Amino acid sequence: MSARYFTRNVLPPIVPAVVVTLTTELAVRRGWVQSFLIPAPSQVIESLIRDWPELWSAMLNTADASLAGFAMSIVIGSMIAIAMSSAPWVQRAFYPYAVFFQTVPIIAIAPLLVIWFGWNRTVVASAFIVSIFPIIANTLTGLLSTDPALRDLFQLYDAKRLATLFKLRLPFALPQVMTGLRIAAGLAVIGAIVGEFITGAGIGGAIMVSRQQNRVDKVFAGLLLASLLGIALFMVINLISRLALRHWHASEAGE
Amino acid sequence: MQLDVTPEALPGIAVDLQGVRRVFPGPVTAVDGIDLHIAPGEFVAILGPSGCGKSTLLRIIAGLDVPNSGSIQAGPDGAAHRHIGYVFQDAYLLPWRNALNNVALPLELVGVPRTERLAAAANAIERVGLADAMTRYPAELSGGMRMRVSLARALVTNPSLLLLDEPFAALDEITRQELDEQLHQLWYERRMTVIFVTHSIIEATFLAQRAVVLTRRPARVILDHRLDLPAQRSAAIRTEAQFAQQMRVLFEALERGEEKSA
Repeated sequence: MSARYFTRNVLPPIVPAVVVTLTTELAVRRGWVQSFLIPAPSQVIESLIRDWPELWSAMLNTADASLAGFAMSIVIGSMIAIAMSSAPWVQRAFYPYAVFFQTVPIIAIAPLLVIWFGWNRTVVASAFIVSIFPIIANTLTGLLSTDPALRDLFQLYDAKRLATLFKLRLPFALPQVMTGLRIAAGLAVIGAIVGEFITGAGIGGAIMVSRQQNRVDKVFAGLLLASLLGIALFMVINLISRLALRHWHASEAGE
Repeated sequence: MQLDVTPEALPGIAVDLQGVRRVFPGPVTAVDGIDLHIAPGEFVAILGPSGCGKSTLLRIIAGLDVPNSGSIQAGPDGAAHRHIGYVFQDAYLLPWRNALNNVALPLELVGVPRTERLAAAANAIERVGLADAMTRYPAELSGGMRMRVSLARALVTNPSLLLLDEPFAALDEITRQELDEQLHQLWYERRMTVIFVTHSIIEATFLAQRAVVLTRRPARVILDHRLDLPAQRSAAIRTEAQFAQQMRVLFEALERGEEKSA
C-alpha cells in the first residue's frame, strides 16, 4: 500500500470514526449525555473485552445462520429466477409472491416460523426470507436483458436451451447477480438477528438480554460485532465479484 | 498478407428468394415482394436507405426471422444453418471470453471437440491478422480488432454463405477500408456466397460483383446491377474512372428509390 493510496482511500473513512468516537467519549465523560442512553466508547471496548467469550460465540452462531440462510437464498433464488425467465406466464404467475416475500414484516411472522421450523431453524429461515427477494429480482432482470443480437447468434448455431442458459444468459446476467448478492448479504445478517430476537440465540439474543439488563454498553458491543459481520460478508462478495468480472465489466475494470 | 485456403472449405451455395414479404405489427411492411436469385459463390451487396428493411431481409435469409409470405431457399436442403456465417452491425463478442474462445464459440455450440475447435479458431484468427491478440479480452481490443474477431467467428465454421449486416459502419474510414480489402481477399480465395448489407455506395462498389438497390420502406428492388469491374480488386481501384462511373449508377438508383415513396 503506497502512501498515496493510504491518504486517498484509507484515511478518509477513518477520520469521521475517530472524530465521532472522541466526541462521544468526551460528551459522556462530561455528563452531557447520560451513559445509560449512549455508552462511552471506552465502556463499549471494556464490554467487548469482558464479554468477549460470550459475544464471540454468539457471533459465530449468527454468522452460521446468516450464511446458511444466504446460501439457501442464492440456490433457491437463482433457480426461481431461471424458472421465471423461461416463460412470461411463469413470471406473471409467481413474481407477485416473490414481492410478497419482500414486503411481509419478518418480525411479525418470526413467531410463526418458530411454530413451523422449531427454534433452531427459525433464524436460518428468517435470514432466508429476508434475503431471497433481491436475488430473485436482480438475477431475473439480468437473465431477461440478454442482448438480442447475441441470442440471434446462439440461435443461428442451433444452440440448445441449456447451452444458451449456461454460456450466454447466466454469464450475461452476472453483474446484476452480483448486485443482488451484495444487497442480500447484508439483509441475511439482519434477518438472522431479527430471528434471534425471537429465539434468544446469537448476537440478536445477546442484544435482547443486554437491553433488558440495561447494559447499553454490551448492546453496542453486540451491534458492533453484527455490523462487522455484515461488512465482512459484503467484502467477500466484492472480492468474488472483482475476480469474476475483472476482464469484462466496466464496474470492475481499471485501477 | 498470407491467406491460406482451407481444403475442406465448401463452395458457396445458391440463395433463392421468391415473393418475400414481411409485415411487422403496426402494421409496418418492411419487405414487400422481393425476388432474388443469388448464384453459388456470388458476392452481392444490398444497398438501401437506413431503415429500409435490409436487415430484415438478411435475418430472413439467415432463418432468424420468418416472412409472412414468399419462400426462401438457401442451399440444397433449404435451411443449412451451420453453413451460414453472420456478422452483425457491432462485433457482439462475449465479454467474458478472450478472442480465441469467442471465435471457437460456434464450433462449441455445434459440438466440435475442444482441441479441434481451438485449432480451427486459432487458424481463423490468423486469417484475419490477429494472431498476437488471441488471449486478449474484447475490452482490451480496439473497435477494428473486435470487428475482425467477429469476422473470424463467422468464418470459423467455413460457411458456404456469409451474411454481413453493415458490419463496418461504426468504424473509422481507414479501418473500414482495410477490413473491406481483407473481406474481399477472403472471398476471392474461398468463394463462399456473400450477401453484404450496407448503405455505403463506395463500399458496395468496392466489394461486390453485383449490387441490389432497394427503395425506402417497404423495400422493393429498384436496381439489380452487375458491377462492371474486375473480379479481383486492389485498394487503388477506388480512384479509377470506371469505379466512379459504377458508383454513379448505384447513386442514381438510390436517389430514385428515395423519391419513389417520398
